[in-house]
Amino acid sequence: MKVRIFSVVGAMFLLTVCSKGDQGNAAPAAPPSETPPAPAAATSAAGGTISGKIKFTGTAPRNPAIDMSEEAACKAKYTTTPTEEVVVAGPANALSNVFVYVSAGVPAGQTFPAPTTPVVLDQSGCRYHPHVFGAMVGQPVEIRNSDPVLHNIKAVAKKNRPFNISQPTAGMKTSRTFTAPEVMVNLQCNVHGWMHSFVGVRPDPFFAVSGPDGSFSITGLPPGTYTIEAWHEKFGTQTATVTIAGTETKTANLTFAAR
Amino acid sequence: MISALVMVALLVTQDTTAGKQVYARWCAGCHGDQGAGDGVAAKHMIPPPRDFTGAIYQIRSTASGNLPTDADLMRSIDEGLPGTAMPGWKTSLSDRERRDVLAYIKTFSTFFADTTLRPQSLEFERAPGGGDEAVRLGRQFYDSIGCQKCHGDLGRGDGPSAPTLKDDAGHPIFAADLHENWLFNGGGTVADIYHRLRTGLDGTPMPSFSDLLEQKFITDAELWHVAQYVHSLSPAEAPVVRDVIRAPLIDRALPHAPDDSAWASVDAYWFPLVGQVIRKSRWFAPAVTGVWVKAVHTADSIALQLTWDDRSESPDSAWLEHAGRVLASLESDDGSQEQPGLWPDQIAVQFPVAIPTGMERPYFLMGNSSAPVYQWRWTSSARTAAVAGLARGLERFDPIAAAGVGAQAVYDHGQWRVVFTRALASPDTASQLPFRTGRAIPVAFFAWDGSNAEHGTRMAISTWYFLALDEPVPARVFISPVLAMMLTLGLGMLVVWRAQQKTSYRRQQ
Repeated sequence: MKVRIFSVVGAMFLLTVCSKGDQGNAAPAAPPSETPPAPAAATSAAGGTISGKIKFTGTAPRNPAIDMSEEAACKAKYTTTPTEEVVVAGPANALSNVFVYVSAGVPAGQTFPAPTTPVVLDQSGCRYHPHVFGAMVGQPVEIRNSDPVLHNIKAVAKKNRPFNISQPTAGMKTSRTFTAPEVMVNLQCNVHGWMHSFVGVRPDPFFAVSGPDGSFSITGLPPGTYTIEAWHEKFGTQTATVTIAGTETKTANLTFAAR
Repeated sequence: MISALVMVALLVTQDTTAGKQVYARWCAGCHGDQGAGDGVAAKHMIPPPRDFTGAIYQIRSTASGNLPTDADLMRSIDEGLPGTAMPGWKTSLSDRERRDVLAYIKTFSTFFADTTLRPQSLEFERAPGGGDEAVRLGRQFYDSIGCQKCHGDLGRGDGPSAPTLKDDAGHPIFAADLHENWLFNGGGTVADIYHRLRTGLDGTPMPSFSDLLEQKFITDAELWHVAQYVHSLSPAEAPVVRDVIRAPLIDRALPHAPDDSAWASVDAYWFPLVGQVIRKSRWFAPAVTGVWVKAVHTADSIALQLTWDDRSESPDSAWLEHAGRVLASLESDDGSQEQPGLWPDQIAVQFPVAIPTGMERPYFLMGNSSAPVYQWRWTSSARTAAVAGLARGLERFDPIAAAGVGAQAVYDHGQWRVVFTRALASPDTASQLPFRTGRAIPVAFFAWDGSNAEHGTRMAISTWYFLALDEPVPARVFISPVLAMMLTLGLGMLVVWRAQQKTSYRRQQ
């Protein structure tokens, strides 16, 4: 059962990653069907779902253009001048790259085994893919370099230990895990100061990242009353309270104010 | 068992209580009462003091992201961090005090209490042999692992990413100038450099390269060669300050160009520079660490070559954000919050208006209203010109028209080389120093890195040193010693001959 939950979570990442139209980003294959050797958790794939759309009011600030003239190999991956991804807006003020997670309501003491399937963070065209993602405590985060240039990957964290490693060429892979819940850990490249990625580290699988149309979906929730928090790198946070009674789907739309 | 635990607990408590006193007295001024790196002096330094609450340390023997060992922390306490405001405490605090304060510093972060994070030093292999071939290979891997991105092609910290670098807290940070290993935070030996390559400098942009060994991108020996190459860029010994610049007399044309081959055989003198912290607006974060000076003269003219490392050819808009970060990190002492600007690089050479007869010299910090100083000033916005004039304190500089001071400059891979030239004789001996041979002429230096927000009183300064022009050597200098020797020899032989005469006379009797 849990495997399926993780498949759903994994598929969400796939969706997020693929739908962003990344250049040939090799997303991991569907999670294998091995059974995690962990105690049964009280969640059910047939549990409740919280879904909704993230929007914003006001005018989205323009994303700064990136000058990649020092990195011809990265620049060649774009037909137009690439920009940073601080605010990625969709149609009708939809807001993507929002990390949505259950911040309260999961019974204390309930533990969730970390998936062994890694979350993949790719560096391609001197940008991170995905720009925002989630990982469970203990879940491997596989950092790949698809650029034939030096990237360093620095994790700036408060509750987790930081790290700062280097990948001088394409094809390199490094796996790291986070040991404590933290929303968010900032991953950055100092060689290319514009490169930022944010990972929300959670002790449970109840999180999602809003897609290009602003939609998100958190599944498998047991009955209960939950606080969900939505985090955006520029617009801050929003919260909502949702009560799940059974295998229903509740809607929680969240709106940020542009700033 | 329980009593043993109590003993251990007591010991630890005692440690940190005593350590707290040491900390409050010696450390809190910079590192802050709660260890957050926010002491009263913190706003006057770049890089800022360590924030102990995150337990993120640059100088470790452990893998990136790991806690430092006690030995690592003790090393930083003992030796300090060269190139920063952190001094070594080995001679000023007792062993006990340093151990106690170390234990106390660890209490600022919960990470040290986490038993799953017990720090373990990496295992370092021994260095392979050095030599030219090792250095040549090291240069190759310096390029292939991307060092030049930040440290620059020739290692002067002037790589394309250098202007954008920030530490974890967003403070500006320079990529190290690899030609000044005496200022490396973690020490300048080959082993020190190799260890930094393996561990990275946590909290800074400098990553660990250990993963490259695991992934067989580079071998351990090759990583050592990178360290050997980096080490080879600095002088074999940290430069020693010599007070008197000797300007030899040359029998060829005066070298006006900074890269004239005549300079190659001239001795270079190193003068360290420090921030101008005497007059407002003070400057605590000078980017120019010092200047190398060479001097020569001909029968009628003098040339001074000044060489200093500067990561930016200012004004350069690529560094504008860096200048903004510098100004934001430092507390202004005149109440103004200055906006970053495109300032040029500058250098100034200072002399008294006349060679002093006694020990008295004008005030080293650009003289004062009653005793001006004579200066040559050069700025990167007017490269091939120098302005000579009289400074009467930091606020007043009166240029002299047609002062006859020439300048030529070269900017090359993070280094300025500027040559000043002038006739020895002066058209106005009252205000423009006439250079005379065989005299100790006071000289001082000032430097500004415009991209580091330096201009006006915000600069790097030196104290007075001396310049001595070799006197033309008259022929008698060579002849008189020979004459003296011959005379001595002759007299000596005469004495011996007389003595022998007397001896043989006595024998005959």
